[in-house]
Amino acid sequence: MSKKKIETEKMNWEYAAAPESASHIQLKEKYDHFINGKFEKPSSGKYFDSINPATAKKIAAVAEGNSKDVDKAVKAARKAYDNVWSVMPASERAKYLFRIARLIQEKAREFAVIESLDGGKPIRESRDIDIPLAAAHFFYYAGWADKLDYAFPNRKPKSIGVAGQIIPWNFPLLMAAWKIAPALACGNTVVLKPAETTSLTAMKLAELIQESGLPDGVVNIVTGDGKVGAEIVSHDGIDKIAFTGSTDVGKLIQKTIAKTDKKVTLELGGKAANIVFEDAPLDQAVEGIVNGIYFNQGHVCCAGSRLFVQESIKDILIKKLQDRIETLIVGDPMDKNTDVGAINSKSQWETIQGYIELGKKEGLEIFQSSCKMPKDGYFIKPTLFTKVAQSSRLAKEEIFGPVLAVQTFRTVDEVIEKANNTPYGLSAGVWTDKGSKIFNLTSRLRAGIVWANTYNQFDPTSPFGGYKESGFGREGGLHGLSAYLKFD
Amino acid sequence: MSERINILKTYKIYIGGSFPRTESGRFYNPMNAKKESLGNICLSSRKDFRNAVVAARKAFGDWSDRTAFNRSQILYRMAEVLEGRREQFIAELMQQDSSRKDAEKEVNLSIDRLVYFAGWCDKYQQIFSSVNPVASSHFNFSALEPTGVVAIVANKDSSLLGLVSYMAPIIAGGNSCVILASENKPLCSISFAEVLNASDLPGGVVNILTGKKSELLSQIGSHMDVNAVCYTDGIKDELIQLKEASIDNLKRIKSYMYDLTTVEVENPYIINDFQEVKTTWHPIEVIGAAKASY
Repeated sequence: MSKKKIETEKMNWEYAAAPESASHIQLKEKYDHFINGKFEKPSSGKYFDSINPATAKKIAAVAEGNSKDVDKAVKAARKAYDNVWSVMPASERAKYLFRIARLIQEKAREFAVIESLDGGKPIRESRDIDIPLAAAHFFYYAGWADKLDYAFPNRKPKSIGVAGQIIPWNFPLLMAAWKIAPALACGNTVVLKPAETTSLTAMKLAELIQESGLPDGVVNIVTGDGKVGAEIVSHDGIDKIAFTGSTDVGKLIQKTIAKTDKKVTLELGGKAANIVFEDAPLDQAVEGIVNGIYFNQGHVCCAGSRLFVQESIKDILIKKLQDRIETLIVGDPMDKNTDVGAINSKSQWETIQGYIELGKKEGLEIFQSSCKMPKDGYFIKPTLFTKVAQSSRLAKEEIFGPVLAVQTFRTVDEVIEKANNTPYGLSAGVWTDKGSKIFNLTSRLRAGIVWANTYNQFDPTSPFGGYKESGFGREGGLHGLSAYLKFD
Repeated sequence: MSERINILKTYKIYIGGSFPRTESGRFYNPMNAKKESLGNICLSSRKDFRNAVVAARKAFGDWSDRTAFNRSQILYRMAEVLEGRREQFIAELMQQDSSRKDAEKEVNLSIDRLVYFAGWCDKYQQIFSSVNPVASSHFNFSALEPTGVVAIVANKDSSLLGLVSYMAPIIAGGNSCVILASENKPLCSISFAEVLNASDLPGGVVNILTGKKSELLSQIGSHMDVNAVCYTDGIKDELIQLKEASIDNLKRIKSYMYDLTTVEVENPYIINDFQEVKTTWHPIEVIGAAKASY
């Protein structure tokens, strides 16, 4: 598709490369499971490769877990729960969590670099968002440990036991922090499984936990693929499951534990509507749309992947959006100028490409940035589809990549109807300068998080989680505590 | 002189504010301990359940949009109307094997419970909502919204109190519901529908079916437009059946084992269980001052 050259190109305002150095980080060649405070070789003796998606080269080998490893980890967690963690004064538990938070801050740069190497996200995002937020989560929940009675008046909260936690690959360390911090603060012990493609920062966290002196067995980390996750879910010694990932796997987990008394919280997929009204501040809205869908290569469950534009501003907004997309730098995640990094894995790259092909086949209008693309690794240009029908798979299914589906609307009622017409209900965005319209929209959109005149903001004090098939339970804030407590 | 012939009551079901018989035309004959028939009670079908869900979904928007004050007034009105019909409910409970003393107690508790939850309608939001002190220049708050359409499997051992004790917190929170009444003690549930109908409660907010759990439980679990289920019988196999059937739309399944004759069921956490937390962000001062700027 032809498209006008924009001025920045003519003027050749290219940024000089500004790569972050990886010289100061310490990575082992091989990572074992972290069980009972020690690094343990996998009982299978097998390891799998962790790949840098920006180069398609191996960074390290990671232990391949199996049922024996999981069993060991669960037993260690149970022992630590019974003998140490659940009987420790809550104020002491808190101090360990504060210590872990501080250590993450001290090692923030190393974590950020490894996160970008292993997962492909731009260093600017790992440095400014993932790692600081991970530390902030530990700080926040540390303080709750000895104040739980105030959160649930008249209720006497108690810890649950051993939590099995399975996390995704889009925010590896941050998701580990979201899971571990509240679980420990509430007096539980955990068995955590990081995603197969992004285990390294979890294993660095294990080293850090060892350094913090946290009692053995309070946090155990077993690496591997979905089979290991399934072992954790079905293990009899697990009292609570916390899962973040796809809706399909979430449903599978529900099925597996239906016959048990295990508690569960699920943070699943989304297909968020980002709604721009004609009275919105358009330039800010464009920034929000870009941040909503291209942040972290679109690997975000709450990504604003459905853009609804009021018809009267369609042409100008799309033009502004295209111009803005043209300026995005796609490339080396380690470069501080990079806006859009590498797609997390080859299989995810194939999935996203499949959707782009599908969009073309459906006859949708496609716009892609004309940016330079790296030769190696898995990259996808920021992509925009317009003239998308509500029935299109691009408007219905979670793509988990930098692909935006644009639809238009005329009236408020119409856009609410369209926005809510999805089995998901995780997040939504609204852009307008009119206060009453914001409140009308924010109260009628069926979603757990609504960003008004902003998008993709996260904070440990702010509850996160979805309606409908986006799962149940909340993470973050006071509301995130009840997932890890039981009541008489 | 011959004695006056009593007028016997035909028990119906309650859907969308009307009192139809079951569309299936079927009935069953529950008996009390003295082996007396309680009547030809509607044996509601899956179609009745679907119709009731349609009615509940239709009523949900209006009911959840009502002011908390208005919901509170309507719940209190139910208590007033029930108070005026005490004798009818006591008689029905006695017909269903309660002693006079127990029947009086159950009716009293039911009335008091309606008053109790009427009072919560405009208060639980303040208990469970929060303004969150985020570390950026945003105003951020979390508030509750009703989950949607809730199916209630009413307690099997209690004809009135079981139904009222869970219906009240669920509709106090702005949900609409479909209730499957106690299979063997269904009389009060239908008479209670008459109370609802006389209490300014919009049609469809509460729908009441009579029939068999064995026929309807899997439908309750699997219906794609039911958002949550409230189950109170504590029978493990039934709970598993509900959980397994509910996976496709990730229903919220809540199971309670409260002793309904005590005050332990009187707490706002039951209201909270049928709410979703919505968190809203808005920038302060500079619109679009997103940290992750490109």
